[in-house]
Amino acid sequence: MAVKNFVVASFSDEAVLFPAVKKVRTAGYKLHDVYTPFPVHGLDHAMGLRETSLHTAGFIYGITGTTTALSCMSWVFNSDWPMNIGGKPHFPLPAFIPITFELTVLFSAVGMVLTFCYLCQLAPFVKKHIFNPRQTDDKFVMAIEVTAKTNAEELKRFLAGVGGEDVNEQRVESGWWFGRFDREDRLFETKVEAVNA
Amino acid sequence: MHLKYESTLREPLVDGVKDYHQVTEDIISPIEAKPGKLWYVGFFISLMLLAFGAFSVTWEVYYGTGVWNLNKTIGWGWDITNFVWWVGIGHAGTLISAILLLFRQGWRTGVNRAAEAMTIFAVMCAGQFPIFHMGRVWMAFFVLPYPNTRGPLWVNFNSPLLWDVFAISTYFTVSLLFWYSGLIPDFATVRDRAKTKLRKLLYGVASFGWTGSTKHWQRHEALSLVLAGLSTPLVLSVHTIVSFDFATSVIPGWHTTIFPPYFVAGAIFSGFAMVQTLLIIVRKILGLEDYITLGHMEAMNKVIVLTGSVVGCAYLTELFMAWYAAVPYEFDTFYKYRAAGPLGWSYWIMMTCNVITPQVFWFSKMRRNVAVTFVMSIIVNIGMWFERFVIICTSLYRDYLPSSWSYYRPSWPEVGFYMGTFGLFFTCFFLFAKYFPVIAVAEIKSVLKTSGESFKKGMEQYEQQSAEEFEAGLHHDDDHHHDAHGAVAHAHHN
Repeated sequence: MAVKNFVVASFSDEAVLFPAVKKVRTAGYKLHDVYTPFPVHGLDHAMGLRETSLHTAGFIYGITGTTTALSCMSWVFNSDWPMNIGGKPHFPLPAFIPITFELTVLFSAVGMVLTFCYLCQLAPFVKKHIFNPRQTDDKFVMAIEVTAKTNAEELKRFLAGVGGEDVNEQRVESGWWFGRFDREDRLFETKVEAVNA
Repeated sequence: MHLKYESTLREPLVDGVKDYHQVTEDIISPIEAKPGKLWYVGFFISLMLLAFGAFSVTWEVYYGTGVWNLNKTIGWGWDITNFVWWVGIGHAGTLISAILLLFRQGWRTGVNRAAEAMTIFAVMCAGQFPIFHMGRVWMAFFVLPYPNTRGPLWVNFNSPLLWDVFAISTYFTVSLLFWYSGLIPDFATVRDRAKTKLRKLLYGVASFGWTGSTKHWQRHEALSLVLAGLSTPLVLSVHTIVSFDFATSVIPGWHTTIFPPYFVAGAIFSGFAMVQTLLIIVRKILGLEDYITLGHMEAMNKVIVLTGSVVGCAYLTELFMAWYAAVPYEFDTFYKYRAAGPLGWSYWIMMTCNVITPQVFWFSKMRRNVAVTFVMSIIVNIGMWFERFVIICTSLYRDYLPSSWSYYRPSWPEVGFYMGTFGLFFTCFFLFAKYFPVIAVAEIKSVLKTSGESFKKGMEQYEQQSAEEFEAGLHHDDDHHHDAHGAVAHAHHN
């Protein structure tokens, strides 16, 4: 990702945040993100985000688990090592149901969590810029990207006008990097920056 | 437009006047403070128990399962009793976090985190018993189906014992993922307010770099909902499969179709009792009475009296069927060797603790009494332990051949093993209570403005209005947010 300029405002109340989001979007500013301490229902719609397809991924992982379980068990019992267990059939479907069900759930859950972590870029030692340390406590923090067309001063006044508190400008990395939250330096320096310098 | 409004007739889920910051402060500050003397004492006792358990298990592994008092008649004794008991306890967490989420029971938010932690620790304890019962425990990986050089000799997919391997390991994995995905945002809260470098580092690593982005929250919500949907049948399947260990055999007293629902009800019953035991202590020590309220305890006590009665019905059904089926072995097992006979006392302890005493919870005064709830929660868990003991031992100790009739009392390594799992459970729980947010901070914040006491007070004026007046008022002050608490203003914009 890249280092960008952001104008940041925080809000204390959802009731102020929602109209502010609406006004920012109507005014045509580039809304980078809104950081909230808890899931605020409807905020994703207000920001114009599309629905997530994580459920669909979960379904696909689930049927992968079903197929894996059924095909592996019937391969073992019918072709790899057919055994006579008390004269029972080689494809005892009712007896396969418990393991099939468990693997369906297991594949779906593990797959979804890994997908979730991948999509949100979450992992141990991943670090991202925190615009306001209280965004995980009690503040709703709105970050607006300053593009070539944006007048930062005007934007700051605009945000203060719609109820934003503590409006400030920050020049930060917008993506993630490997780092520790107790130190500023990165675990792995990228060579690109050295070339640019 | 989604109207965020809840009747004031419903009891608040969070007591006291609180804003979001106060919630963070209340729940996170015990993590930042030094633990009290009581914590050290409890932690030390747990570690000692764990050490004794480790010693007992080492003894058993070194000398073989012969050091346990199992014999050819009683092949399953304390080990499987304890296994089923712990697995049962491990059911409440997922029930609270998954089934109650789907049923939209708002009160789960106060207790789900601790209950899920309890689930994970209980399943860890449960897993020890079948593993060490194998005797040659270094061969434990033989239960896994993998291509091997012994044929390949595969595991028997028809066997309920193998289903158990899959069920318990899946249950553990899914519960852990569910729990941890909920913890990530709360770890980020601890991280961002941390004052010391070590705390910033550790919670920074644990929080996976969570920022609270709206898109991430949207995915997080979707993830939680689907995981809840998956865990709901999962939690029912796990104890069903545990009951298959017995029900698919031909031992009188085990071979019944009532087992799956009966075991699931019993699991929920004992699980909620254990949640009560732990939370009554936690809320007192950490001062979280505003979050784990009497209302929460009452709700759980209702579940206890319901599931306890379901279990009671199952006991009576078994007795009826033993007589009605007219199978002499079945009849003798129930009427001669369970309700009477050398182990008859265990049957009556079970009946008293599980069926008779929980009936006090029909009274609201009892349900809301902390002391009664605490004592009852322990009685229920004693009763449920005896239920498993009765099912296992009283079916086994009178064999088809009177010459193999036997009696059973545990040897010290068996008792030590059981005590050791208590040590493991409480060591984990003490660490959890000290270093983890014991209440889901983000979830509490999301219900604060509908179910918090202070916000509910603000709604009283609207409760008095007729529906028409309320509707008119909504349109009238659509753009004014004069309400001090923001409760109604909040309602407009969702």
